[in-house]
Amino acid sequence: MAISITQSLIDGLLMGGVYALAALGVSLIFGVMKITNFAHGALITVGMFIAYQVYTSFNINPYISLPITILIMFFIGFGIQKLTINPIISAPSHNQLLLTQGLSIVLENLLLVIFTANYKSVLLPGFDKALKVGSISVNKPKLIAFGLVVVASLGVYLLLQKTDVGHAISATSVQREGATLMGIKVPKINAIAFGIGVACAGVAGALLAPIQYISPTVGEGFQLKCFVIAVFGGLGNIWGAVVAGLIIGIVESLASLALGGSWSEMVIYLIFILVLLFKPTGLFGKKTR
Amino acid sequence: MKNSLTESFFGRIKGRNKRISPLGLVLMIIGLVFVIVSPMILTNYRLNLIITILRIAYLAQCWNLMSGYCGQFSFGHAAFFGVGAYTSSLLYTELGLTPWVGMIVGMITAGIIGAIIGVLSFMYNLKGDYFALVTLAFAEILRVIAKNSGWLKGAQGVSITFKKDISIMQFPTKAGFVYFALILLVLITAFLFILQKTKMGKYFIAIRENEDAARALGINTFKYKMIALVLSAMLTAIAGTFYAQYYLHIDPEIVFLSSVSVDAIIPCILGGVGTVFGPIIGACIIEPISELTNVYLSGLPGMNMVTYGLILVVVIIVLPNGVLGLADSIKDKLSTKRKAKESLTEE
Repeated sequence: MAISITQSLIDGLLMGGVYALAALGVSLIFGVMKITNFAHGALITVGMFIAYQVYTSFNINPYISLPITILIMFFIGFGIQKLTINPIISAPSHNQLLLTQGLSIVLENLLLVIFTANYKSVLLPGFDKALKVGSISVNKPKLIAFGLVVVASLGVYLLLQKTDVGHAISATSVQREGATLMGIKVPKINAIAFGIGVACAGVAGALLAPIQYISPTVGEGFQLKCFVIAVFGGLGNIWGAVVAGLIIGIVESLASLALGGSWSEMVIYLIFILVLLFKPTGLFGKKTR
Repeated sequence: MKNSLTESFFGRIKGRNKRISPLGLVLMIIGLVFVIVSPMILTNYRLNLIITILRIAYLAQCWNLMSGYCGQFSFGHAAFFGVGAYTSSLLYTELGLTPWVGMIVGMITAGIIGAIIGVLSFMYNLKGDYFALVTLAFAEILRVIAKNSGWLKGAQGVSITFKKDISIMQFPTKAGFVYFALILLVLITAFLFILQKTKMGKYFIAIRENEDAARALGINTFKYKMIALVLSAMLTAIAGTFYAQYYLHIDPEIVFLSSVSVDAIIPCILGGVGTVFGPIIGACIIEPISELTNVYLSGLPGMNMVTYGLILVVVIIVLPNGVLGLADSIKDKLSTKRKAKESLTEE
């Protein structure tokens, strides 16, 4: 029993890292634009398919092709923001929500048209044997994914903290009008922030590709988890998202050990409702409403 | 004092389609007559589309009541829809209770769930996207429960045997379903039309426009938000029962899926949120489009939904206030031009 608990703690922690990175994108986008991105799940799937396609056509494994994925996903996000979200940036939130839902429908079905509904997987030779530490086994792709998530999160953090673009993004998320007055080109910053958020989803997708099967709708399951984590960590709070991601990963893993796989979803949603009701500002939020 | 303040506050709230324009009236009568005679002139296949339009328009009106008029944005109407569908279907298949009664039990059950969601969210003052996410989470929880509970028939769902008996809400011909859906739609539309003229309707709109101001004027915002939510939940349950009786099969991945909630929202945004006829216009636009893409793009799986999604995205960008919003702004422009002309000639 102790072993299986330790085992699921480790599994949960590693998966939680990947969730955290995807959720970081949701959080960043909400922080800057106050938009809940309902296309995030579909964008995670796009990341998976990019990794899959690069692997099958050029035999480059998803970890090596990560920079390509990041670049492609950034420009997809940048383009989507410029073309569709920017024109309705001041519309009521139900319009924005429905728009991102529409984008999600387009992306998922575009993947269905190109790749069909058949399940696909990325099997990396040499990565399929689990690492054994005593009686605990660690899945190699999950371990690598976790390591790369740490690097990617640090990258986003440094980008926001140390660069001019990052400062402009932070400024916009704090005070939109103020940022405009200071000469920040808010529409451009919005597009860049959206691009970074989408790139986070893409990296998470690429890292998930060797871990689980790939199909056009598989991202849906991750999307709501991203929302849970982003809200739990405090919308707009990068480190909050990371910590919340790890917590949710562990909780999910322990819950599925205790209650079985399908009921564990329920625990996540219950946490979600409790967080929304009692602490919508998240773990590290200063004031409760 | 309070009254005059209230008056001046409400005076500033834009009253969209308070009166029906002659053109709107003519279109409405044509539409009504067309639907009434449609079973005599259309094939069953086409009647299916008519029923879908009526069904989706009704569902959209339910969403419109709570989210359009009262401004409480729900992304979880699938919860109420699914509860309605499951309650009437299970009561029928397990206990033999007629869905006419099951429908009412479903309404009550959905109303209770709506009340729970409402009390929790409104007590903690959830708004906007946060409220939308709570409603979504409740719908997902109900989906997980239905999928994993044996007494709810799990993932395989509930199937109703086809009997063609009006006493169990199965009409022998499609005409019966057309008229039933039409009656539901006419009733809810008439209800909304009357509602917006009553004090309660005005309170709803006041809450939507500025909740703090509404509260400051002495409106019990908690009470009116609860009324809007519970009423909307109960009416949505009817749409669920209708779906179950028409398609004769429900399962968690059909009735509790967020696509049901999206179905309820799209017509409102296309036609005009918080307007009496907007959702009907929206349903008349989106459902034929969806049908056409299904028919003409069936060769490539997924292509129909790509087109559907793209049309949706473009419409939201081009018509942020819906068709009626566009009509309003054209009317406004024309009347200001006319006034300008009149004032010129007077001088």
